[in-house]
Amino acid sequence: MTLRTPLYEQHIEAGARMVDFAGWSMPVHYGSQIEEHHAVRQAAGMFDVSHMGIVDFQGIEAEAGLRHLLANDVARLQSPGAALYACMLNEQGGVKDDLIVYRLDDSRFRLVVNAGTRDKDLAWLRERLPGSVQINERKDLAMLAVQGPQARERVLALFQERDRDAVAALSPFHACEVGPQMVARTGYTGEDGFEMMVPAADIAALWRALLDTGVRPAGLGARDTLRLEAGMNLYGQDMDETVTPLESGLAWTVAWKPEERDFIGRAALEEQRSRGVPTRFVGLVLEGRGVLRAHQRVRIAGGAEGITTSGSFSPTLGLSIALARVPLETGDRCEVEIRGNWQPARVVRPPFARHGKSCIETTATGRPT
Amino acid sequence: MSNVPAELKYAKSHEWLRAESDGTCTVGISDHAQELLGDLVFVELPKVGRQVKAGEACAVVESVKAASDVYAPVNGEIVAVNDALADSPELVNSEPYADGWLFRIKADDASAIDALLSAADYAAVASAD
Repeated sequence: MTLRTPLYEQHIEAGARMVDFAGWSMPVHYGSQIEEHHAVRQAAGMFDVSHMGIVDFQGIEAEAGLRHLLANDVARLQSPGAALYACMLNEQGGVKDDLIVYRLDDSRFRLVVNAGTRDKDLAWLRERLPGSVQINERKDLAMLAVQGPQARERVLALFQERDRDAVAALSPFHACEVGPQMVARTGYTGEDGFEMMVPAADIAALWRALLDTGVRPAGLGARDTLRLEAGMNLYGQDMDETVTPLESGLAWTVAWKPEERDFIGRAALEEQRSRGVPTRFVGLVLEGRGVLRAHQRVRIAGGAEGITTSGSFSPTLGLSIALARVPLETGDRCEVEIRGNWQPARVVRPPFARHGKSCIETTATGRPT
Repeated sequence: MSNVPAELKYAKSHEWLRAESDGTCTVGISDHAQELLGDLVFVELPKVGRQVKAGEACAVVESVKAASDVYAPVNGEIVAVNDALADSPELVNSEPYADGWLFRIKADDASAIDALLSAADYAAVASAD
């Protein structure tokens, strides 16, 4: 049985091609993935992300419990609505999931986790959080991400004046509760915008209102190329339980201080840090022919090898790009094996594109300099 | 429902073939196939002069999502390829049966063309996807 979000009918109505994603029937595109991608970089697009897991935690021990379970430190969230991106690790330092955690108040937190890991995450959290912490999976909520340079004005126009001020005042990575809904200035595209968590019964009306103001529906396909251009990892592809955040370009999400905070996976990460991380996580820009994809072999001068973890065509750059795990000694060039042929690629530091523009220097022909 | 022109022949693997007056055959992928693939961003075509067997992978079409092989519908020699696709792979999406053609093949045996699927038979294959 494939699960449907409360927006299923709206997707069909908008001409979506539906695919199975982590057990959910989701729109991959509504006609053209590339046009949806450009709409988000240049105007505004909306993504149904109701398949993701929204889980609330309440109790005086919730903060201490999450400080033990997450590699980033929720104590850094000082005011209600503040959010941060974090990895949840196993004892070996492997990434069980990546998520966003919001502080709702002193004793309440909200986690937004991946659809494919939701059940595994909940089991892990239930076993390890103090028994006094109430865990409430918010299946009553649906979620819409509205992203792009025009997303802000489109969303703000939907609110009454008093609420509008609160939403307009949000800094990046902050959220506010507006009646039964929560509006967060977060996203997965490298553009400004909001993620809106609303009662499932209200989401179709929100979708229609945004559609009426010219916000374009965008599918999972555009979501993937947008996040890849923005240099954002995809769980299960760029990292999983077999690699640590330090091997996945996510060292910045590990809160080492205070040193006495004992989070799951800390000992393993400290050991890896002192021994030396064995690989680098980099961006690649293809100079040869073809399209970079996940799981292609990467070769550097001297013959050492790495592997691409995500790859696609970048609509903003007009070139193919990838994320890759490569040998430590990798310089600024490498080769990638595409259908048996080794194609030259340039090694760069992600992101590739954000806020409507390329972050990579290219020549007029689109070839990287 | 996708467009399946009645005058063309088809392969189960979603190629179409049109017998031209000069004795060669033009080959492309069906409207149904381009719709399944989504926006094309790269096309790799065979070398002119290559001998291919029916069912042999001889071209690759890559969309934003995935790469997919294109198979020769009949035995023969590749006599021309659509160079315009190097810069404009999206022609395969917008005009799969016209400017989005992939290659021309000179069939070894013209009767092999008759053995391919009719439009009606292919439409049944496509709707079962």
